[in-house]
Amino acid sequence: MAAILSAARGSRRELALLSLLGAALFFGFWQMLAISGLVSKFVLPSPGEVLIAALTMMVEPFAGNTIQGHVAASLGRWAMGFGLAAAIGVPLGLAMGYWRLLDAMVSPVFEAYRYIAPLAWVPFAALWFGTGIGGPVMVIFTGAFAPCVLNAYRGANLVERHLVEAARTLGAGSIRVMAEVLLPGALPSVVSGLRVGAGLGWQSLIGAELIVVSSGIGYVLVQGQSNLAPEIVIAAMVAVGLTGLLIDIALRLAEARIRQRWGQTP
Amino acid sequence: MKPKTAIGLATVLVLLLAWYLATDVAGLIDRQRFPSPGDIWTAGAQIMTRGYAGGTLVPQALYSLRLVVLGFLVAAGTGVPLGILMGLSRRFEALVNPAFLLVRPIPPLAWIPLAIVWLGLADSAKVLVIWFAAFVPAVINSHTGIRNVDRTLIAAGRVHGASQARIVWDVLIPGAMPMIFTGLRLSLQASWTTLVAAELIGAVLGLGKVMSTAYRDIYPAMIAVGMITVALLGALTTKVLDLIERRVVPWRQY
Repeated sequence: MAAILSAARGSRRELALLSLLGAALFFGFWQMLAISGLVSKFVLPSPGEVLIAALTMMVEPFAGNTIQGHVAASLGRWAMGFGLAAAIGVPLGLAMGYWRLLDAMVSPVFEAYRYIAPLAWVPFAALWFGTGIGGPVMVIFTGAFAPCVLNAYRGANLVERHLVEAARTLGAGSIRVMAEVLLPGALPSVVSGLRVGAGLGWQSLIGAELIVVSSGIGYVLVQGQSNLAPEIVIAAMVAVGLTGLLIDIALRLAEARIRQRWGQTP
Repeated sequence: MKPKTAIGLATVLVLLLAWYLATDVAGLIDRQRFPSPGDIWTAGAQIMTRGYAGGTLVPQALYSLRLVVLGFLVAAGTGVPLGILMGLSRRFEALVNPAFLLVRPIPPLAWIPLAIVWLGLADSAKVLVIWFAAFVPAVINSHTGIRNVDRTLIAAGRVHGASQARIVWDVLIPGAMPMIFTGLRLSLQASWTTLVAAELIGAVLGLGKVMSTAYRDIYPAMIAVGMITVALLGALTTKVLDLIERRVVPWRQY
């Protein structure tokens, strides 16, 4: 992917300098806006104030816990919801790829489900499973489920049919074919699905915590908002972004390793 | 009818029947928690005629729809040009990327509290949040679309003496169009998710307001009515976008 317009190509060093300039402009503009007095401190705190708020929250509890504690609470919920979505979604997707009948039966229901925004499940989740652990876990599940199923299904469809037939001829049962032929064959696709699902699950969790929960990083956002403390809100936003980024990097590394070992699916 | 469609249709009908029998007829499921088809029908009729949570269904739905369309248009109108510029010029990309990379990992929903601090519960707060949510996919896909245009086509344009501006206008932008629309479809989806969340958190009117009121009243059938309406509107707006795409990108293979 070389430059398209030669005039705008630029050398590597020039581009690095421009990137530095861009970052400096971003923070500089923010800082200027904050100290200029054009906007109130209760609207936009300076980058320094956000940093101080973040460091303070790391040692002094806010809304019942330190910021690490809140992130850990959120991560625990996320792991449960995402684990459940993967544990149900991947086998379902593989089974849909294996049995045409199941595919025909589940597909329309699944299509209808996909049109419902994950966050729209929040009221039902709270009604059915409460606002403690169950409700948020269900919201994360609804967010992460679709990509888990879809990618396992697509991956299973990409596995060469005669491999499946060979395994069957040699006497493997359905479960064994799915576990030992379809799953390894579909693995690269499954892992990409898990990565997408993990991201969507994390986003849905934030939504659920904003609406109903009384702990976790989403709750810090709400508390910062009702205390009219935008520096706390922004610090929590950064924490949310960083955690999501770390989850994504971890899964990207896993994905790269699996692709190396199990090959590339288109 | 293809056998696959027939089986699918049969499954849906069986499920609906089982649901009806388990709730309305046999009463096996607690209707305080899980609504029956009859309950949903009643709730639907109630909101259509007498209204619920501050209005009848049509104004509530139009209110939400208007905010989504507004936020989506602002996001598409800013995100697509930015993505195209980033795709065209590596210098511009290098300049803008740091800010973009800092903002990108933050989930759109996390902007909601900040938007409330800034703008309260006004419509502008929701449009702002939808803009943030829908902006990122629009930028990324437009950028990738421009970068992925077949270089042979660009070279061919040059050989035939096209100017830079013409190459951009007649080769690069049409070449990126399919990718741009993929991004817009993701943007639209993000717009709906974000709007629902924003309205659940705080709103005066709209489908999210219907759902949060129904949750407080423990009225599951009305929650379901809200969900179904959101899903239908989401499907409808996606359909409209598909039609526009067919118009704008008639050469795309389906």
